[in-house]
Amino acid sequence: MDINSCYHCGASCGKSTILFDEKQFCCNGCKTVYEILSNNELGCYYDMQSTPGTIPSDIKGKYNYLENEDIIEKLLEFNDTETSVVEFFIPSIHCSSCIWILENLTKLNSGVTTSMVNFPKKTVRITFKNKATNLKQLAELMTSIGYEPYISLDDADAIKNKVDKTLIYQVTIAAFCFGNIMLLSFPEYFDANEFWLEKYKHVFRWLMFAMAIPVVFYSAKNYYISAYKGLSHKILNIDVPIALGVSVLFIRSTIEIAFDIGTGFFDSLAGLVFFLLLGKFFQQKTYNFLSFERDYKSYFPIAVTKLAGGIEKNIPVQDIENGDRLLIRNQELIPVDGILINGNASIDYSFVTGESMPVTKQSGDKLFAGGKQTEGAIEMEVINTISQSYLTQLWSNDVFNKTSDHTIKNITDTISKLFTINILTISFLGGLFWYFHNPSMVFNVVTAVLIIACPCALALSAPFAIGNILRIFGYRKFYLKNAETVENLAKIDTIIFDKTGTITSADKSNLIFRGESLGKEEIRVVKSVLRASNHPLSRTLYDHIQEEILTEKPTYFEEQLGKGIHAVLNTMDIKLGSASFVGATSSETNETAVHLAINNRFKGSYIFKNSYREGTKDVFEALSKKYKLVILSGDNDGEKEYLEKFLPKNTLFQFNQKPENKLEYIKKLQQNGGKVMMVGDGLNDAGALAQSNVGIVISENVNVFSPACDGILDAKFFNKLPKLLTISNKTMTIIKTSFILAFCYNVIGLYFALTGALTPIVAAILMPVSSISIVIFVTIMTNLISKRNI
Amino acid sequence: MEVLYITIGVSIIVALLFFYAFIRSVMSGQYEDTYTPSVRMLFDDELVIAKKNDEKEPNSNQESIKNN
Repeated sequence: MDINSCYHCGASCGKSTILFDEKQFCCNGCKTVYEILSNNELGCYYDMQSTPGTIPSDIKGKYNYLENEDIIEKLLEFNDTETSVVEFFIPSIHCSSCIWILENLTKLNSGVTTSMVNFPKKTVRITFKNKATNLKQLAELMTSIGYEPYISLDDADAIKNKVDKTLIYQVTIAAFCFGNIMLLSFPEYFDANEFWLEKYKHVFRWLMFAMAIPVVFYSAKNYYISAYKGLSHKILNIDVPIALGVSVLFIRSTIEIAFDIGTGFFDSLAGLVFFLLLGKFFQQKTYNFLSFERDYKSYFPIAVTKLAGGIEKNIPVQDIENGDRLLIRNQELIPVDGILINGNASIDYSFVTGESMPVTKQSGDKLFAGGKQTEGAIEMEVINTISQSYLTQLWSNDVFNKTSDHTIKNITDTISKLFTINILTISFLGGLFWYFHNPSMVFNVVTAVLIIACPCALALSAPFAIGNILRIFGYRKFYLKNAETVENLAKIDTIIFDKTGTITSADKSNLIFRGESLGKEEIRVVKSVLRASNHPLSRTLYDHIQEEILTEKPTYFEEQLGKGIHAVLNTMDIKLGSASFVGATSSETNETAVHLAINNRFKGSYIFKNSYREGTKDVFEALSKKYKLVILSGDNDGEKEYLEKFLPKNTLFQFNQKPENKLEYIKKLQQNGGKVMMVGDGLNDAGALAQSNVGIVISENVNVFSPACDGILDAKFFNKLPKLLTISNKTMTIIKTSFILAFCYNVIGLYFALTGALTPIVAAILMPVSSISIVIFVTIMTNLISKRNI
Repeated sequence: MEVLYITIGVSIIVALLFFYAFIRSVMSGQYEDTYTPSVRMLFDDELVIAKKNDEKEPNSNQESIKNN
């Protein structure tokens, strides 16, 4: 451990170390957490993992809304008059100490009966006694020890949906029946006309029949549904031949045992369904801790403070009405459009526009929903309710109401159309041939073709290949929503990047001073002057300068709108602002800068630089060879020249793009046949992300805050983007190759079927061999390409 | 060989019992979080040590909760 690091959170303590109990802390917050824990005999929080904590945030008044009955009701999972159950999402859960402390909450608050952490989901479920404590106390307690629960409008609205476990049950039943049928059919594989076997074979056969029933009617039921849906949309999807195969297998086998013709194919039937479902199960990789469906509701606060006759009252945001007075505290999001009444509004609209600098507003100015107040508290009057606000209106756009029902044509379905038609033709021709040669064989041959052609291997290759790739991507912190995304990734030809937050990193702008070095006294004077200014750049600069301010006030102060500040302090004449205002000779226009002149002599400039992500240049260069690249930014074109030099020549630039402009831009590209991938980060890209063929969100912290999208990429791995795209392309090649392999198996199978030689044992061998070998092939190949490419 | 009916019957009943046990475990959510219990299992020891060091009376109520 670093000598100078905080005992609680591990951050460097810097100069302001706080010593307590022979331990050092970086801030009072961390010290307080330590105090709380050690006073409650929870000191071994620190034994399990060194520096496990997180700095608690300031919460005064933040959770007052948890006293509102309506909100409480929405958040609680269970409530009788005695006890309640609530589940909180806590993004800062990260280690075993976190689990320990949260499960020992009862020591800190005796009203808590039990608390259970779900680590992968980062949630804690708390059962508490209503008499002893309440939601607000719990939220405040957790925040005070550094585990701030994340409560959003989304939670309150969510219909508590259960995890769908049907597939698990279906696989389990198929596996159970498959194993047992296999055992029961074993004696007859060897076809010895042995006495005892002859005598008991009917028992075995009817037992197999009984076991096959749940497989056919429960486990495989989704295939019939999907086949029916496909057919009613006039699409021959892969489930059509599967459903056909399964039904034919069942009917033929039943007829065989009913009329004592043979054993039937119940073993193959159960095996087939089991393997198919296994493929489905494998492909269904879900990331519990991620949400790909977030809309503005997850960003918005659940409640706001309403001012009514001087009394502060917490109301849910849905209940906001026109004309209400709202109090917005520092770092709170403005939930609705309104007019500023009083207070220093410095609104960060980066959620909405992507513009990283906060905007200053005067009282009487209009405030838009989605902005974040960054300085002190303000009062505003509501002019639009939540559903009518500017930001939320974006969500009424059609792209957000896409019905998930529309049948996506994936690679397997494309090929299955051809496949199904061919199989039906072959079985018809085979039947016709035998009709003239030996009519008693017709039923046998036609059903055998349909059975053996049941595209198990074909249906398995894509799920296993893509399922495996999803996992490999997951290890590389690239989380995709579903299997279709991998296929869509391979199809794109245009990539659109957002600028702020996507190719620039979010740790705000880099500030450097270029020019003559300033004396300490001069810097202090500059800071003192800045204090009086409300311009966003001044605020940022003020926060950036570390020196203490002077006690004196400027003797002269004038701020000219759009130009700068002129002030006199301690006989120093300070001019801060634009180049022309200050009288600077040279100025680079592609940078945001504040120029400084002291006593009419130009000293230098503070330059705000957006810091680009590591490897941005390489990413663009690698991608520009294959894709059309566009930068679509909500920012001004201040950095255009720099970006043009920095990035490959064929990159297109569009600045000052509002969210709906971005959406329209992508729509236009798609109308011209483009397949577009949007890479963005914030709410301002939400429309574009939804409209694009593949929407990828770059996220600094994958656990929180990302708009609805198809994939989330950890910002640290941004430079891997070209490689990830290459892998998706290669995966599709592998799937196509495995299709050829599957066809070979089908040709062999068809030979047996058409000659009338398909016995249960041939089917029982051929079917698993083909399926398993395909699965092995795609798994090995996908692992190979990902190893080679990352 | 009529014993075959019994042996097969018994084997299927046993198999069904296991099947039922598995389905029940899935329904009760045992497979939803496979990570946390592995960590939680190690905690009980830590708690005991902490209590010994402090030599304070352990709250039996909390202890039982911990073991749930």
